[in-house]
Amino acid sequence: MQADGMVRPSLTRALGAQLRRDLLLVFRHPQDVVNPLAFLVMVTTLFPLAVTPEPSRLAEIAPGVIWVGALLATLLSLDNLFRGDADDGSLELLLLAPHALYFLVLGRALAHWLTVALPLAVCAPLLGYLLSLAPAAMGALFLALLIGTPILSLVGAIGAALLAGVQRGGVLLFLLVLPLFVPVLVFGAGAVSAAQQGLDYSGQLAILGALLALAVTLSPFATGAALRITLS
Amino acid sequence: MWNWLHKLGSPPWFYRMTGNWLPWIGAAAALLLGVGVTWGLLFAPQDYQQGHTVRIMYIHVPAAILAQSAYMMLAGAGIVVLVWRVRLADMFAEACAPVGASMTLVALFTGSIWGKPTWGTYWEWDARLTSVLILLFLYVGMIALRAAIREAEAAARACAILAVVGMVNIPIIKYSVEWWNTLHQPASFSVTEKPAMPPEMWLPLLPCLFGLYLFFFYVVLQRTRTTALRRERRKQWARAEICRQLEVPGAV
Repeated sequence: MQADGMVRPSLTRALGAQLRRDLLLVFRHPQDVVNPLAFLVMVTTLFPLAVTPEPSRLAEIAPGVIWVGALLATLLSLDNLFRGDADDGSLELLLLAPHALYFLVLGRALAHWLTVALPLAVCAPLLGYLLSLAPAAMGALFLALLIGTPILSLVGAIGAALLAGVQRGGVLLFLLVLPLFVPVLVFGAGAVSAAQQGLDYSGQLAILGALLALAVTLSPFATGAALRITLS
Repeated sequence: MWNWLHKLGSPPWFYRMTGNWLPWIGAAAALLLGVGVTWGLLFAPQDYQQGHTVRIMYIHVPAAILAQSAYMMLAGAGIVVLVWRVRLADMFAEACAPVGASMTLVALFTGSIWGKPTWGTYWEWDARLTSVLILLFLYVGMIALRAAIREAEAAARACAILAVVGMVNIPIIKYSVEWWNTLHQPASFSVTEKPAMPPEMWLPLLPCLFGLYLFFFYVVLQRTRTTALRRERRKQWARAEICRQLEVPGAV
């Protein structure tokens, strides 16, 4: 009980409730998980058709193809991160909640990562196999995606929040966010390429981890500020 | 000091004062650019390897420096918008972004013209070229975001956030791209390691650089003035100003 007589849920309970709601929404609407995955699989299939079916050359481009595909799949799903909430008014409730917006935004990004990016990371080694990626690089691919994709969710959330009130923000989101994804792409695909050549890739993963730490600490603030603008 | 800053933030005062300064800034820009370009193109010695192509440097280097510093100005204006909510800072940002983008384009364009005879190719995935290209993308995103949001106040703060996020990211992007390049291909050349230039070669760079800076401010201030007039057209000072310029008897 607070002084004003209102019962306020603790932060963990609020976060848990929010996460449960976000996950429930996705499970009622499994398309949100399936579509990015199908997108990644189809994009990957186009490359052997467009470039060459020769395994050695496919293996060479595989890290880049899978990473670019995963990045675009994540971006496609980001457009709806806040739009639905902005339309039906639940975004107002989120901003009015007695907890720091920082954590609530972090929770939303976590839900996005769990439902969109994590399945991509899990399926990526299979696609790597299709593109004859060296078996030694499979672990690197999975790990790099595991560490790298949360950065995409967190940074992409800034763009999604800026555009939550804009109708048809789809292409614009790509313009805003893609340049910011460059470091993740460089180090993520770099780790896989290094692993494929039998080199040590722990350095790239460490840098991805550092970028993730930076994104976790800073980007929810920007996302929160952007959400406030959307509703002002 | 604070008083002065406060005045600077007021559009009518800004409009009046820059109206007085602009001719001087424009004249100084024309003078410096004239001197620098003439000196650089006609009198500076040619490079013993690159010949006359080296003269592109007198445009290319100032444009590239301005391209980056214009983004820093955008981010600075963004912080002012977010913290103090100064309308004028956003007008400056709106005016600054397209000019910064065109400086980036000029830097890329002159660089590729220089690259053809020197490196044998218009485009090379060199770390520096790539990071300037990404800087151009950042500008494009900024301009597109402003165009997408109708309401001026929301657009101002959204662009300010994007500018600050971009500023945090620019060093990360720059270093990641440098790292990427060293991994994929050994740098066959480097723009950073210039041969020690004789002073008669780099001295003309200085008037060109300051001249281009002044030209940049001339254009951006002019655009800021127009933006201020357009956005505040319903306010009395702007109406009076428009009437004065159109020589219509003050119908305020």
